[in-house]
Amino acid sequence: MISKFKKRKLINYFNLSASIVVTAFGLVMLAWILTVLFGKGFQHINWAVFTQMTPPPGASGGLINAIVGTLLITFFAVLIGTPIGLMAGTYLAEFGGKSRFSSAVRFINDVLLSAPSIVVGVFVYAILVKPQGHFSGWAGAIALSILVIPVVLRTTEDMLKLVPVQMREAAAALGAPRYKVTIDIVYKAALSGMFTGLLLATARIMGETAPLLFTGLNNQFWSLDMNQPMANMPVVIYQYALSPYEDWQNLAWAAALLITISVLVMNIIARYSLKQPSSR
Amino acid sequence: MSATEKDINAHLHTQSAGVIWDKVFKGTSFAFAAMVLIVMLAIMVMLFKEAWPTFAHFGFSFLYTSEWDVVNDKFGALVPIVGTLVTSLIAILIGVPVSFGIAIFISLMAPSWLKRPIGIAIELLAAVPSIIYGMWGLFYFAPWFANTIQPFMTENLGGVPFIGQFFQGPPIGVSIFTAGFVLAIMIIPFIASIMRDMFDVVPTALKESAYAMGSTTWEVVWKVILPYTKAGVIGGIMLGLGRAMGETMAVAFVVGNSLELNTGLFYPGATIASTMANEFNEASGLHMSSLIALGFMLFVITFLVLSLAKWFLLRLEKSQQGDET
Repeated sequence: MISKFKKRKLINYFNLSASIVVTAFGLVMLAWILTVLFGKGFQHINWAVFTQMTPPPGASGGLINAIVGTLLITFFAVLIGTPIGLMAGTYLAEFGGKSRFSSAVRFINDVLLSAPSIVVGVFVYAILVKPQGHFSGWAGAIALSILVIPVVLRTTEDMLKLVPVQMREAAAALGAPRYKVTIDIVYKAALSGMFTGLLLATARIMGETAPLLFTGLNNQFWSLDMNQPMANMPVVIYQYALSPYEDWQNLAWAAALLITISVLVMNIIARYSLKQPSSR
Repeated sequence: MSATEKDINAHLHTQSAGVIWDKVFKGTSFAFAAMVLIVMLAIMVMLFKEAWPTFAHFGFSFLYTSEWDVVNDKFGALVPIVGTLVTSLIAILIGVPVSFGIAIFISLMAPSWLKRPIGIAIELLAAVPSIIYGMWGLFYFAPWFANTIQPFMTENLGGVPFIGQFFQGPPIGVSIFTAGFVLAIMIIPFIASIMRDMFDVVPTALKESAYAMGSTTWEVVWKVILPYTKAGVIGGIMLGLGRAMGETMAVAFVVGNSLELNTGLFYPGATIASTMANEFNEASGLHMSSLIALGFMLFVITFLVLSLAKWFLLRLEKSQQGDET
């Protein structure tokens, strides 16, 4: 018979050891995934990856068309999505307050933030690809832009709310109209935070695969025409990794490493720029 | 007109221009905010419209029949629906205790020099694109699992009455269970960082009073921190669940994409998202409509789960604001 005190201590030790064990488990998994990715990826990254096109089955080649395609699609997605998220976030922070409408927007935005991206792909398929009759880079960019909006909206609102009310009042007291207060004072003070949102949104969509399957699809060849199906890294990874050809699988690992490094670097920059004081 | 009067007029003029621009600015930003609602509504409406032929053709039987026969145009969504629910359930069963442990470790046990690196590692893990998890799962985790853990589980649990049937299946690695496990690894960083944030905002005075009364660390967690953050923790778990249900790429790699109904968790299966990713580009007509109907249901289910999550998180926020004032 153990005393109640001993029993409590025992439970405490057991549970705390368990949390150390599961933390170690999490870190081991992380280490496993990263070693596999870096090991396999670096092995197959070479000059050809950046200079040659995606190869036909069984041949070797590179990823240049997919790299350019991803950059183009991501660029246009951010270009379309950012102003929408930015303005909507501005409305919520500056004008919306606690009204019913802005609560609804906030709520729906948070749902969109975690909504399955594959559904967004199907939506764009239904409104663009199906009526047009073919896949296109534009459809891909628009699908991804729908994923950009909630990230940018959220960070913009949060960052604008951090700007002290006194700054707005001081500007207003000097006779500045509201829009000038927002653009010249509030935006400037929150600039680095808003930039962070942009980076996070870019990082979020760069590795997105599911929406592109139904919209941008893929293209074996060099194409800068956003009206045509366009090669892109995530879909190349998906198709090549599941193929039986070793050359293709190797390229998939190289592409996976490139995408992951870009995403992680963007996340780290975002983190770093958030810590910098926004105004001196 | 005197000079001052001119000045005043000019001033009034620029001011009224300011008023107009104010209205334009406010109106535009309002329009963009409304666009978020419109996009959500449009997604719902479009998916429903495209899915309508399927609902009209099969009615409710679409939800509970398991036949998925592309050649004869017969579609029932039972297998992918069950697959989605079971894989996310496995993900939650594995992921939640692990996340909880990690959150306890970071916020209560780790020395301060270790807190930040582990916190950052976990948040970076959350940023890794899901397709990477899929590749790792398919090429590394699944073969390893099929050779080590799976035979062990089948041997020791497979004979147990009733639950034994869940631990059956061919030793090929790709299975419902593997999908659930990879999903768990994916949502752990997500849930863990929400829980850690929650644990960190518990007022120090509360924790310290419990310690002063002689509580062990575990008792502080279980009887002070957890009740205080309950709504937030549940919200975080629901968010993770929403993610797991909608995840496509990681699952498409490791689930095996078989539309047969099996009780064994080690059999290949399918989820809503993996079926869509797998078949969409070859589909047309009723097949296409059925895939979109799957997507519509996925959207409705995740919408409900995420709304519930949001509701819990808002409740926590409100109760905390109540404490401060």
